[in-house]
Amino acid sequence: MSEESPANQAINSLADIKEYRGMLSWITSVDHKQIGIMYIVSSFIFFLVGLGLALAMRIQLMVPVSHFMSPGTYNQIFTMHGTTMVFLMAMPLLFGFSVYFVPLMIGARDMAFPRLNALGYWLYLFGALMMYFSFVAGGAPDAGWFSYAPLTERGYSSSLGIDYWALSLLVMGAGSVATGINLIVTVLTLRTPGMTLTRTPLFVWMIFFNAFLVILALPALNAALVMILADRQLNAHFFSPAHGGSALLWQNYFWLFGHPEVYILVLPAFGVISEVIPVFSRKVIYGYGFLAASTVAIAFLSYGVWIHHMFATGMSYVILYVFAGSSMLIAIPTGIKIFNWIATMWGGSIRFTTAMLFATAFLIQFTVGGLSGVAFAAIPIDWQLTDSYFVVAHIHYVLLGGTLFAMFAGIYYWFPKVTGRMLSEKIGKLHFWLMVLGFNGTFFGMHLLGVAGMPRRAYTYLDRPPLGTLHLISSLFAFVLALAIFVFLWNVVRSLRKGEVAGDNPWGGWTLEWATTSPPPMENFAQVPPVHGRRPLWDLAHKKEGGQP
Amino acid sequence: MMERNKMGMILFLLSEAMFLLLLILAYAFYHTSGELGKQVANALNVVKSALFSVALLSSSVTLWQADVCLKSGGRPQARLWLAVTILLGFIFLVGQGTEYAHLLREHVTISRNLFGTTFFTLTGFHGLHVAVGLALLLILLGLAALGSEWEPTPPAMEAISLYWHFVDGVWVVIFAVVYLWGYV
Repeated sequence: MSEESPANQAINSLADIKEYRGMLSWITSVDHKQIGIMYIVSSFIFFLVGLGLALAMRIQLMVPVSHFMSPGTYNQIFTMHGTTMVFLMAMPLLFGFSVYFVPLMIGARDMAFPRLNALGYWLYLFGALMMYFSFVAGGAPDAGWFSYAPLTERGYSSSLGIDYWALSLLVMGAGSVATGINLIVTVLTLRTPGMTLTRTPLFVWMIFFNAFLVILALPALNAALVMILADRQLNAHFFSPAHGGSALLWQNYFWLFGHPEVYILVLPAFGVISEVIPVFSRKVIYGYGFLAASTVAIAFLSYGVWIHHMFATGMSYVILYVFAGSSMLIAIPTGIKIFNWIATMWGGSIRFTTAMLFATAFLIQFTVGGLSGVAFAAIPIDWQLTDSYFVVAHIHYVLLGGTLFAMFAGIYYWFPKVTGRMLSEKIGKLHFWLMVLGFNGTFFGMHLLGVAGMPRRAYTYLDRPPLGTLHLISSLFAFVLALAIFVFLWNVVRSLRKGEVAGDNPWGGWTLEWATTSPPPMENFAQVPPVHGRRPLWDLAHKKEGGQP
Repeated sequence: MMERNKMGMILFLLSEAMFLLLLILAYAFYHTSGELGKQVANALNVVKSALFSVALLSSSVTLWQADVCLKSGGRPQARLWLAVTILLGFIFLVGQGTEYAHLLREHVTISRNLFGTTFFTLTGFHGLHVAVGLALLLILLGLAALGSEWEPTPPAMEAISLYWHFVDGVWVVIFAVVYLWGYV
């Protein structure tokens, strides 16, 4: 634990910052740290809701021919589960990390547009509440998180659910674009003197390119949403084949957004991993240039692969071949990153803290998810497995075993900075092992379910081995996964009350956020340390103390 | 490094370009896939729309003139050019309104056929952008009229000009695709 800077001696918990006192200071806040915390807390509340919906599905599927819930209810629940986890939980969680840490890591006082930052959060929150209002307004959306036409046309879905779905995503989409613009301008204009773009921490670098994905991919969704709203509210015919419209146009537009969206959810996780692994391996990140450049490659390629979601729609072979090729191509920059992280750990003096454990599990689980992804790029395999539980397994290995594990690594790494208290390592390790067990137990079997022919989104199934056994195992482990999350929440509550005081730099980090107090004061830095390289705090320490590692 | 408001506006317009491009592509997709071409020729009055388009395009020139005057210190002239810009933009919207009224009298509505669906969605969203631009320009003019204390900052002027030129530029594409394609 390092010394606290004398100017801010008093600050070692959020309660010590007088500007943060009272509910009103949060509601009216334009401070990037408060907004970041609000994003993260809100996303966890929706995470618990999404988790509840998932458990309801797992209860329904525990035994064959179950009557726990009706098919109609099941449709609403899997739609809301997917929508909640992608738009109400994952995106705001990543935005929360982005707006909290980007200004700190580049030595800035706040975002470039603080009020726009607040607007982005409130648009998200009210958009999310509007989504859930649909339950009391005549029925939740029930066409899946990608709402394929013509199922979403009036004739097939007469409740207002899809309208709420589209309106709420439009509102949140506007907020996301605003935040994306804000992050890009912040990184370009507010870096502290000496911090060139090639010296920014990799987390900032990845968020920067991610923001470009956000501002260019979300409009594709927004365009599709206004078209579906025109169809439903004004009787237009964009996606209605009966009037000459094209259901495939929806798929094209949705996945033109949807595939970059997958990378929007994954790139920030890559950024977190690129910060956590070097600090706990006590080594400089291996191949900074390759990690940064491969991010750019992923961002570009992610716009050219969307057809692989539509291999089964009967397009010409030429199109299929091109997109199969581009989809396999994107595995290369992703693979480069995995090798870079492994090379960083190689020969380092690794400290297996909870954060590092999560980062390591991320590497393994994300690779499994990546491999099943490459499998889908092969057209015959896709035709065999598309719309089966194999897809469910794939997306959860990438987004839960990948993104969420990485974000937990980030939470254990940065919780001391945000709150001034350490999370308990003992409870943290319990959380980690329960989560690894629960996650793999729930989702590994789904690969096999898919191969055995279990279609996704079916509300029940006949008693044909091995479906019953695999579903039962998956359902039981889902409760272990839920237990893991509650162990985490217990850890948070306990650590906030009586956690060890963190001090400025408990892990020996090298980036600028560790140069200020934990939590940082309103103005972030009393004085920003000089930046002469990629690890300003290492430089600072070794100039003063004469160069010991 | 570029001024941050201007940079923010450019990024916003990049995002908007993507949105409008996809609406244009939807129109083009249905144009090439069926009856849309013939429906267009019957429904639209190209000459009339061309005249209103000239008004919109000239407004880009007048706004540029306002910029030039402001930079050389001619505040009253700048206000005048700004007012002319707003008038021209308004004329365009009135033109679009009369066109819509004519189509609706002919029972060409958004729910009539695919032409109605794509035409009203595309031009409607463009019209919405023009209306937002007019509101912004009116705010600029209002602030400028309040006197030097309230005068909008140069970055605000520049950012709003960028937006207006963008909206005009998009109209050139829409006009070519919607009104002229039928004759090719």
